[in-house]
Amino acid sequence: MNRTIERHKNILEFSLSSLLRRKTKNASLLAIYTLIVFAIASLLFFLSAMKREALLILKDAPDMVVQRMEAGRQDLVPLSYAKEIAALRGVREVKPRLWGYYYDSPSGGNLTVMTAEMPAGFIKIGSGVSRLRRATAADVIVLQSYDNEVPLMLEIEEVLPYESELAAADLVIMSELDFRKLFKFPQGHATDLALTVANPRELSTLAGKIVDKFPDARPILKSEMLRTYDSIFDWRGGMMLVMMIAAVLSFIIFAWDRATGLSAEERKEIGILKSIGWETSDVLLLKFWEGAVISLSAFFFGVIAAYVHVYFFSAPLFQPVLKGWSVLYPQFKLVPAVDTYQLGVLFFLTVAPYTFATIIPCWRAATIDPDAAMRS
Amino acid sequence: MIKTHRIRKSTVFLVLTIVNVMAFSLLMLHARSVQGRAGELLASSSRIARELQLTDLCLFTEARYTRHPAMGDVHAAFQDHPIALEHFPSGSLVPAPLPLVR
Repeated sequence: MNRTIERHKNILEFSLSSLLRRKTKNASLLAIYTLIVFAIASLLFFLSAMKREALLILKDAPDMVVQRMEAGRQDLVPLSYAKEIAALRGVREVKPRLWGYYYDSPSGGNLTVMTAEMPAGFIKIGSGVSRLRRATAADVIVLQSYDNEVPLMLEIEEVLPYESELAAADLVIMSELDFRKLFKFPQGHATDLALTVANPRELSTLAGKIVDKFPDARPILKSEMLRTYDSIFDWRGGMMLVMMIAAVLSFIIFAWDRATGLSAEERKEIGILKSIGWETSDVLLLKFWEGAVISLSAFFFGVIAAYVHVYFFSAPLFQPVLKGWSVLYPQFKLVPAVDTYQLGVLFFLTVAPYTFATIIPCWRAATIDPDAAMRS
Repeated sequence: MIKTHRIRKSTVFLVLTIVNVMAFSLLMLHARSVQGRAGELLASSSRIARELQLTDLCLFTEARYTRHPAMGDVHAAFQDHPIALEHFPSGSLVPAPLPLVR
């Protein structure tokens, strides 16, 4: 046992010396490798955390939202729809939702305006809006109403907590009265209807009944809302696909370059080792350790840096991609969600191919005559 | 003759790997401990989402259909013109809405 360990240690010692002989080349190799692992691991961490947060935040979303379509576009829902839908068997509650978008011209941001039960003249704002307008509780915000006469002066009652940014950064919550005044919103109508049902398993049957009764209705089930976020944060589509392709392709080119050949110097080294009595298995072990030193170090450096980047610094490198042209962007701190299965896949997709990619060309060189290897 | 004890490179590498493994394990433990409190940390978001019956996360505020991807209709991205290409950067990250339930 000790002999085996000592043999491995000696070969490891030799491979480290061999790596240090080509210091610049191997240092740059390690840096590129670490960068690729860092990019892929950051994405994995970011997406699994976002997916989990979407699930946790939207677990209490309405069971179904019913919109009304007018010539293929979404339109306001008459409140009479709410009464008739509430009468359907299995519907527990129908809540008309009043909400819309307000383009804030002084800041250039798009705000989401929602209603809640609160006194007229007061609003609650998300912390993104507070940042954008540089306003806090007790300040007054002026919004231009649609009737173009009197601007609406609204006092900030509360700034929603920073922790709620992922759900509410751009929200302006006001009373129904102020909302109708701001948008000249017609009485007897709502933006859409939020439904709660008695048995979630009957949702699709109920959606069918609603469409039968109101052919212009468009029901959206909770499962679809969750699936939307699943598909955005899924590894097969959306963000992952866009950002991952570049990293994976560069890794393939990189591993391919290693796998397709050895330098003349490396071949000569193998020839010398064989001529002084090293066996093929020793040479392969030497190359295995060379590959393992680089790939294992790159894996650990990359994954640790990715964890710190995503969970301690809120993924600043991804922010330009997510922000796009938005003026108002939530600043959120992600709750760590580490998927060990994904990490395992990342380990085998990065460490194993590179290590084997280093062994295969050496195996070819190590099995030929030492004399021929030294002369080639 | 003075005998010097030079630390072997393999020992340095093994120590570095052990440090790496320990740092990695500590981060995994950190993730586990914070994960346990995830519900508590996200409580204010969940409460607001429940009270206001929110359907979407506030991720991309640049366009209406990227702010509420779950609520957007199939043609939202092409509202300016039937063959208009998507012009908001986040439109390339958000896939088309799922088929409507009929």
